[in-house]
Amino acid sequence: MNFPLSTSSATGLLLAGVFGLVFGTLLEKGRVTDYNVIVNLFRFRDFTVLKIMLTAILVGGIGVAVMMRGGILEGWHIKEMNTLGVILGGGLFGVGMVLYGYCPGTGVAAIATGSIHALVGFLGMVVGGVLYAVTFGWVKSAILPVGAAGKTRLSDATGIPEFAWWIVLVAVSLFVFRMLRKKERGAG
Amino acid sequence: MVILKDMENPLHSRSDAPSGLRARSWSPYLVGAGIGVLSWAAFYFVNKPIGMSTEVSKLSGWFASLLVGMERVTSNGYWSGTTPKFGYETIFLIATALGAFLSSMRSGTFAWEKVPSVWSARFGNGVAGRMIAAFVGGIIILYGARLAGGCTSGHGISGMLQLAVSSWVFFISMFATGIVTAALMFRSGKS
Repeated sequence: MNFPLSTSSATGLLLAGVFGLVFGTLLEKGRVTDYNVIVNLFRFRDFTVLKIMLTAILVGGIGVAVMMRGGILEGWHIKEMNTLGVILGGGLFGVGMVLYGYCPGTGVAAIATGSIHALVGFLGMVVGGVLYAVTFGWVKSAILPVGAAGKTRLSDATGIPEFAWWIVLVAVSLFVFRMLRKKERGAG
Repeated sequence: MVILKDMENPLHSRSDAPSGLRARSWSPYLVGAGIGVLSWAAFYFVNKPIGMSTEVSKLSGWFASLLVGMERVTSNGYWSGTTPKFGYETIFLIATALGAFLSSMRSGTFAWEKVPSVWSARFGNGVAGRMIAAFVGGIIILYGARLAGGCTSGHGISGMLQLAVSSWVFFISMFATGIVTAALMFRSGKS
């Protein structure tokens, strides 16, 4: 069998189920289906989310970069750098994440662990999706083109090679993990 | 090394606690590494990074079609590009929920929750207030995700691991407003 498979093939759809099961299990075991854990990141009282994200980015990113270099992946999937849209959207996302207490992925997982307020927030997300579609004409003409820089990567945008980014990211992450460990030991 | 110390006993924090899927939680470093490896698989096997908010907005289109008809939904400039239909992302979303459900059942952490403790310590046990905040937060978070082109999965994990400029800017912006929002909301909170 040749990879990648089409996402509409039977095996592709089966993999969607397998990947989802694994993802949901990891989110639950990582305790990010807990409102308190997510909100307390933004209050600097619980760094579980940061540890998970940094480790996922390092392990995932270095692996994907190596596979890409080896020529066994199709290509990058970079999202458009529509500067104004990304900054405004990210800003709204942060406000929404603290109010809701989840992000879309952890919200979906949290519903299944019994969080009723996660379900109510999910209905809010559905309404948010409708609002976006209704206002899309305006967003497309007034917001998205502002500072549109295309699908660019940190290495291309800065001229600093990819491996240098990874060395810095690994070093910074290890330093952060060490600091957190000291802080948590002191508090505990 | 710091990670190795945490990995000594990665599947349970106390030696008498249940391990594996029965454990209440795993080391966040192990969970993060797992999500990283899952990303390799998603890239390699289906050439499709992990994401969630696109499917939620497709579900919005599906719900809207119940009210105004599919014709009006697909004539919308946004939904015409992401036609709401049952597919890969739908299965991924449902399976994510199922995975979390099975995991919480196995470890006994499944619990009906209306008002979480950090919220009630600051705002009391009133259910209505928490539900309104969750609903409004849900609207804002998905609007923001669509505006930025992704969420914590699509931008935060899949985008940042590819060193995408948009994803790193998204993360910084999200973190900044999240910290300000939390500081305003919980300024006299004690928990």
